Amino acid sequence: MNIQLSHPRLELRGITKIYPSVVANEKVDLIVYPGEIHAVLGENGAGKSTLMKIIYGVTRPDAGEMLWENREVHIESPAEARRMGIGMVFQHFSLFETLTVAENISLALDTPMASSELAQRISAVSEEYGLPIDPHRLVHSMSVGERQRVEIVRCLLNRPRLLIMDEPTSVLTPQAVLKLFETLRRLAAEGCSILYISHKLDEIQALCDSATVLRSGCVTGTTSPKQETRESLARMMIGKDLPHCQMDTRTPGEVRLKINQLSLATVDPFGTHLQNIDLEVRSGEIVGIAGISGNGQKELLAALSGEQPAQQSDTTHISGTAAGKLNPAQRRKLGLRFVPEERLGRGAVPSLSLGLNALITGSDSSMVKRGLIDHSSVRVFAQAVIKRFNVKCGGDKALASSLSGGNLQKFIVGREIMFAPKMMIVAQPTWGVDIGAAQLIRQALIELRNQGVAVLVVSEELEELFMICDRIAVIADGRLSPVVAAVETSVAQIGLWMSGEFTQDNSELAHA
Amino acid sequence: MLRLERRAHPSTLMMFASPLIAAVCMLITGYLLFILLGKDPLHAFWIFFIKPLTTAYGIGEWLLKATPLILCGLGLSIGFRASVWNIGAEGQLTMGAIAAGGVALYFHGVEATWVLPLMVCAGVAGGMAWAAIPAFLRTRFHTNEILVSLMLVYVAQLFLGYLVQGPWRDPDGFNFPQTKMFTDAEMLPLLVDGLRTNLAFVIALLLVAVSWFFSHKMFAGFRMQVSGLAPAAARYAGFSEKLNVWLALLIGGGMAGFAGMAEVAGPIGQLQPTISPGYGFAAIIVAFVGRLHPLGVLLASLLMSLLYLGGETAQMNLGLPSAVTGLFQGLLLFYLLAADIFITFRLKSHSRPMEQVRPVDALLPEELI
Repeated sequence: MNIQLSHPRLELRGITKIYPSVVANEKVDLIVYPGEIHAVLGENGAGKSTLMKIIYGVTRPDAGEMLWENREVHIESPAEARRMGIGMVFQHFSLFETLTVAENISLALDTPMASSELAQRISAVSEEYGLPIDPHRLVHSMSVGERQRVEIVRCLLNRPRLLIMDEPTSVLTPQAVLKLFETLRRLAAEGCSILYISHKLDEIQALCDSATVLRSGCVTGTTSPKQETRESLARMMIGKDLPHCQMDTRTPGEVRLKINQLSLATVDPFGTHLQNIDLEVRSGEIVGIAGISGNGQKELLAALSGEQPAQQSDTTHISGTAAGKLNPAQRRKLGLRFVPEERLGRGAVPSLSLGLNALITGSDSSMVKRGLIDHSSVRVFAQAVIKRFNVKCGGDKALASSLSGGNLQKFIVGREIMFAPKMMIVAQPTWGVDIGAAQLIRQALIELRNQGVAVLVVSEELEELFMICDRIAVIADGRLSPVVAAVETSVAQIGLWMSGEFTQDNSELAHA
Repeated sequence: MLRLERRAHPSTLMMFASPLIAAVCMLITGYLLFILLGKDPLHAFWIFFIKPLTTAYGIGEWLLKATPLILCGLGLSIGFRASVWNIGAEGQLTMGAIAAGGVALYFHGVEATWVLPLMVCAGVAGGMAWAAIPAFLRTRFHTNEILVSLMLVYVAQLFLGYLVQGPWRDPDGFNFPQTKMFTDAEMLPLLVDGLRTNLAFVIALLLVAVSWFFSHKMFAGFRMQVSGLAPAAARYAGFSEKLNVWLALLIGGGMAGFAGMAEVAGPIGQLQPTISPGYGFAAIIVAFVGRLHPLGVLLASLLMSLLYLGGETAQMNLGLPSAVTGLFQGLLLFYLLAADIFITFRLKSHSRPMEQVRPVDALLPEELI
């Protein structure tokens, strides 16, 4: 962390990148010194990823210049970036599940290496940096955190002088985050520069020496995060103060959703089997399910929504009705509404208008009369959703694909709320959503709870769950932890559970 | 330097302009082709596209040949909108003809009014039954309906060949491989004396309206569209995938079956080894040129029918081979698929030569994959 006052390792001057519908980067300047951990902070859509792709040679800028160790460079490809000493760990890994660690790494090598030598080097590097991995293990058997280690080791084999980490902690438990930080600090101490991309303010304050803040493609400030407060960083990032949720305590009512010993074998060869899941969600409460992605969330949500019905109907009760075998349309008739994680293609059809997207889950409403579509009431309904949830769009005729992630999410959540659910399940409510829209969505869920709706939220953002949930559980390897009151637990305990370390103690369930 | 760049939104203008551009490109290529063949291109165009329509009889033939294209094209486009790729309409048409022909032969000589409606039902049922095979295999065993429906075309054609050369051959037919001629009660009534256009054309027009109503007004049609555009969204909404596959194939098969019935109970009047010059396959082009919209299908059918007719007059007047019809049809689809890239992409001139189109971005528009 001794920032040398010598010449910078990487300097960007006036980088501009324009896409047909959006200016992703506008005159961005960025300076990274050797051995520095430099944060690139910004909301989703602020242009962080585009900027990193430009540095890594994936995309080329429309204007501006890039200096690598004081020499102007034009990076034409990621291979060239790697030759220069730039490594990047992407948010979404690019690993073949059916291959071993060593095979995956050898595929990405620019110069071939004998497999025995490669395995030795992988072991050596992984030990040196405290990233234990077995080079002969198959990737599909590894957890998300372990896969990230493979990606990092893959970069380290090239002895990078600049390592780009794109949102690396979204797949890690709080404990694993601390271990990752140790590794990164060690790398920096050896002189490697690190560009750390994130929107999590506390992480950046804990780890980074300096930060460049982006908003709508422009740099809004360069600062030393340790000398800033959370509030001042947030203002630079979103242009206003961090909003807060209003939530009072409330006594929950009757059980609306009851899951009883639900076990479900997955059809996906690399999926997670659900094992003996018990859960109750009552009227007027929000229950949150935390966990690292890939631990059975997808399977649990599909089982709850009815997209993947169970074998026995008594494993799931919706408002007292055995519903395990019902399909999503039948479950909607019982008052269960669901907002899926994928918005485009699942929650909404990209090439259809917002109006017709309202119709997708609206077959039981006044929009369909005797099998015929009432197009005028479709429009009225869509316009009402747009107005009430402040969806920024070109009206009810706008295509779903033309909306930003946050606005589409507001529309989908709004659509399901307007159908007056008795039970609402929401997956990753604010994933990829800007802070303003996230706030509106969270508040809408709290209002739903206050009206007596039973709400179940599945999220990978612990902070969010602690903000809006009455009770929290953790899903790990297809098993569900005991459900505990949010005020009686801590990030540390939930983090421990996320790695699967909870005893299946049913007596604890009874207390919760 | 030009390069392709993804549009922010698919272009509605190009969506409609693309078939016209394709037709113009087809004509230009045809022009060059006629020159190469040593024919006067303008004269050849006149023979090909104008002359067939200069007589009332010619117009009658035009509508007659458009009828099976409309019927098959409507059914296929409902399926294609739902992403069910039935390319075996030719086989379903053949089975419809066989079923209707079987009824006609069984009740041969029974001069009753119910025979013809029964033949219609048999034709529809025959086409549906043939389409039910790929539907069952896909929903039960996840087979690919493209391959199954295509292979069943040849089975149907060989089955027809067997029938007309074996058990159903006309004993008084001088050993020709064909059945007895159908009686008047077994033939679709003609619309105008002297023209061969029959009632099936009017029914086809009615079905254009019914198809539009189904696709745009009925929730069942919307369900199929969602299944086609975004299967995960259809699952999320609780629309049954199996029902979607069954409906798409049965509607397509039923319409093709009716088209087959209308051919044998119309211009042909009996069963023969060959009853269609490839209407079922041409209907695939019709569906795409018509943008999977019922009105578009109607217009595209009229164009494709003219190509059939023009091909015939070109054979007679210019001495060109019959393959010229298939050539023009192929050119039309080829240029349409090429022009469709501009629905989602546009050309942009670029001053710097460093940018290349990345292969990942150069995907075809979704509906054509």
